[in-house]
Amino acid sequence: MTAETETRPTITRTIDARGSFCPGPLMELIRAIREGAVGDVIAVRSSDSGSKIDIPKWIEKAGHRLIAVDNRDGFDEIIVEKAR
Amino acid sequence: MKRVLVLGGGVGGTLTANLLARRLRRRIDRGQVDVTLVDEAGAHVYQPGFMYIAMGGEREEKLSRRERSLLDSRINLVIDKAVRIDEGAGTVTLAGGAIVPYDFLVLATGARILPEVIEHFEAEAHHFYTAAAARKLRRALDAFKGGKVVVGIASMPYKCPPAPLEVAFLIESELRDRGLREKSEVHFCSPIGRAFTIESVSEMATPILEDKGIELHTFFNVEAIDPERKVVESLEGEELPYDLLVLVPPHKGQQFLIDSGFAPAPGGWLPTDRNTLLVGGRPNVWALGDATDLPLSKAGSTAHFEAPVVVEGIVAGLEGRVPAGKHAAYEGRVMCFFEVGDGKGTLLRFDYDHPPQPPKPNVFWHLGKIVFNKTYFHTVPKGRV
Repeated sequence: MTAETETRPTITRTIDARGSFCPGPLMELIRAIREGAVGDVIAVRSSDSGSKIDIPKWIEKAGHRLIAVDNRDGFDEIIVEKAR
Repeated sequence: MKRVLVLGGGVGGTLTANLLARRLRRRIDRGQVDVTLVDEAGAHVYQPGFMYIAMGGEREEKLSRRERSLLDSRINLVIDKAVRIDEGAGTVTLAGGAIVPYDFLVLATGARILPEVIEHFEAEAHHFYTAAAARKLRRALDAFKGGKVVVGIASMPYKCPPAPLEVAFLIESELRDRGLREKSEVHFCSPIGRAFTIESVSEMATPILEDKGIELHTFFNVEAIDPERKVVESLEGEELPYDLLVLVPPHKGQQFLIDSGFAPAPGGWLPTDRNTLLVGGRPNVWALGDATDLPLSKAGSTAHFEAPVVVEGIVAGLEGRVPAGKHAAYEGRVMCFFEVGDGKGTLLRFDYDHPPQPPKPNVFWHLGKIVFNKTYFHTVPKGRV
């Protein structure tokens, strides 16, 4: 699955949560969002298949911007912009 | 002589030390092996009982035993606090200044609760992770005459994952018994997209929440408490007014593990192999219980099932062989009772490969939890079950 805008902003922080199970990757993203500034672009790498469903749902509820969900080799990379 | 040093006198540390003493008794008696356990308080506390101080008439004095009384006489007990591990020297420094050497190290150091991380938590919110906090919650419940009850989780991970749901169920049940339910709302806030981390348990619990009229708020990560408006605010932008606020406080691993380079900041959870329980690839350091970063319940039963694996690893190390037999590897086994209120409970049994399939809640599993609580000190720490 890939959902992307025409031009992608530069990723400012990458969280490697591979090997961590739900809700670990989401909790790592939440920590990064708390620590970050509006406009930061965060990539979360997760090998838990639930992350590509749970994390976009959380992004929508929390009012941030989902930039992409990319399938990589053995993991998903979910890219989000802190919007508020 | 080979020295085994166990840090922590909770379920994991006490059981590991006792199982080691049992397996190595001849070598200990001959002076070939020394087993030492360091515990800050010198007391073993049955933490799951705290919830019952708030919700079930439990008394604090019933929940604690002297650590010495639970340990095999072959084990040396040192009552002090570990403050530093020097990996190069193979020593642990204690707060009192003693330096204790080890050949094999077991980190059963548990989790810390940090209510103070959230401003106004201690003045406004209740919890049940210490005896004192549980007593305070009981007093608040006694004084409660109806209104909005909010039960939530400040951050993950935390000890005893079913506990906040259990507390929501038990409070709702109590409000009905006291004739206050019509005048009250009960809200349950989950940091993730469902009621519980494990999907099958969430599927069991969600209809019970609905039946009891407990409103579920998902993706509610506590951000702030506004004491003037009596509102708890989420990172996601939601606000919930409360008259009685019950929150699982933030948890972290021990600071000295971060300072000693064994656990990463800020969480302080030990990077632990899911099967061998070795820490960070070290051949002679194991972790178990709440201190690990494993994606499992931080619960006494996790430590209970991990301890024999740590013991087999140490004995194998002493004998210069690889771990063998039924405790050669930890398979993620956990077992937890789960209260749903109205005198009913269920049981969660699972491992890495088999998610729980909780039976329909009934009186039997509630009574099972009560019996387990009452017999705990005679069974688990001494390795009798």
